[in-house]
Amino acid sequence: MNDDASAVDHWVLTTRLADYVAWGRKNSLWPMPMGLACCAIELMAMVAPRYDVARFGAEALRFSPRQADMMVVAGTVTKKMAPAVKRIYDQMPEPKWVIAMGACASTGGMFRSYAVTQGVDEIIPVDVYVPGCPPRPEALIEGIMQVQRLVEERARAGRGAAPIRTPSVPAAAGR
Amino acid sequence: MSVTGKPVKRPEQRGLLARTYLPSILQGMWITLRHMFRPKVTMQYPEETWTLPDRYRGLPALVRDEDQRVKCVACFLCQIVCPPKAIHIEAQEIATGVEKGPKVFDINMLRCIMCGYCEEVCPEQAIFLTREYQTVGLSREQMIFGKDRLLEMGGVRPDPIRKWSRLAPPAGAPGSGPEPAAQGAAR
Repeated sequence: MNDDASAVDHWVLTTRLADYVAWGRKNSLWPMPMGLACCAIELMAMVAPRYDVARFGAEALRFSPRQADMMVVAGTVTKKMAPAVKRIYDQMPEPKWVIAMGACASTGGMFRSYAVTQGVDEIIPVDVYVPGCPPRPEALIEGIMQVQRLVEERARAGRGAAPIRTPSVPAAAGR
Repeated sequence: MSVTGKPVKRPEQRGLLARTYLPSILQGMWITLRHMFRPKVTMQYPEETWTLPDRYRGLPALVRDEDQRVKCVACFLCQIVCPPKAIHIEAQEIATGVEKGPKVFDINMLRCIMCGYCEEVCPEQAIFLTREYQTVGLSREQMIFGKDRLLEMGGVRPDPIRKWSRLAPPAGAPGSGPEPAAQGAAR
């Protein structure tokens, strides 16, 4: 290791700053558990030792939206709950990702009802949809891996931060 | 009004050693240490997967019989029985001259709750729940699976009844060559 140039080649890894930041981000996606129904049980199972999402750096469930990167909407979003979900999403700092877990959160599932939001993407933008009723913890891990891929892609696209996305909010019922 | 029940006593003031919390801490650390030598329970998911039971209910799919015919005859029973109304079918005539088949067969996998009613109600054994449980999607449109994709997922399932083979020769349908030529058209 007398030659400085070869030492640099051996021991120094160069990267773009955006890639480096994305690498950090994707391996520490702190989820905001928006557990609204039975899917939340599978969400808990995913964090428990058997599936152990700590292997993906997403074990730190933050119950304060200000510390979370990724919201996992797990369960039926009723129209009464929708304003609260929207508000919690708004409180999360950018960049942020959303996983709609299960049939109810993705599309309303079997609750084709006046009381249930037909998919949480009617109020907040969703990045990954996980089908199932409820999905197995593996499926949710698959969703988190998909979010990690999105984080990377977003960095590749040359955007460090997500654009501010504000979809139109339907008039919140049940106020 | 008299007081019912008997309240518990407050714990006694503990000894000096107990008040340093050292015995409790050591006891806790001993438990932690013991757990380090227990068998590992974590399943290393993407590399290692669960062995599914044979009758696991995953995403539904359409199947073909050995002659590569689409078994579905577009009877709409699954569409009617589906609790979340995830199935959308449009029928068309097929060349056998007797049955019809699906022109459009969409299942919204985000609506689907994998209850298996469609499999249960199907008179042709044309729809089955696969053991697929790891699919995720990036958009709603992506998760509406069309007929081709469903048939690809389902693959071929042997048909013990083989209704088509019995039905075709005696039918002698006028005009449309029913038996071998219809195989391609049945798609």
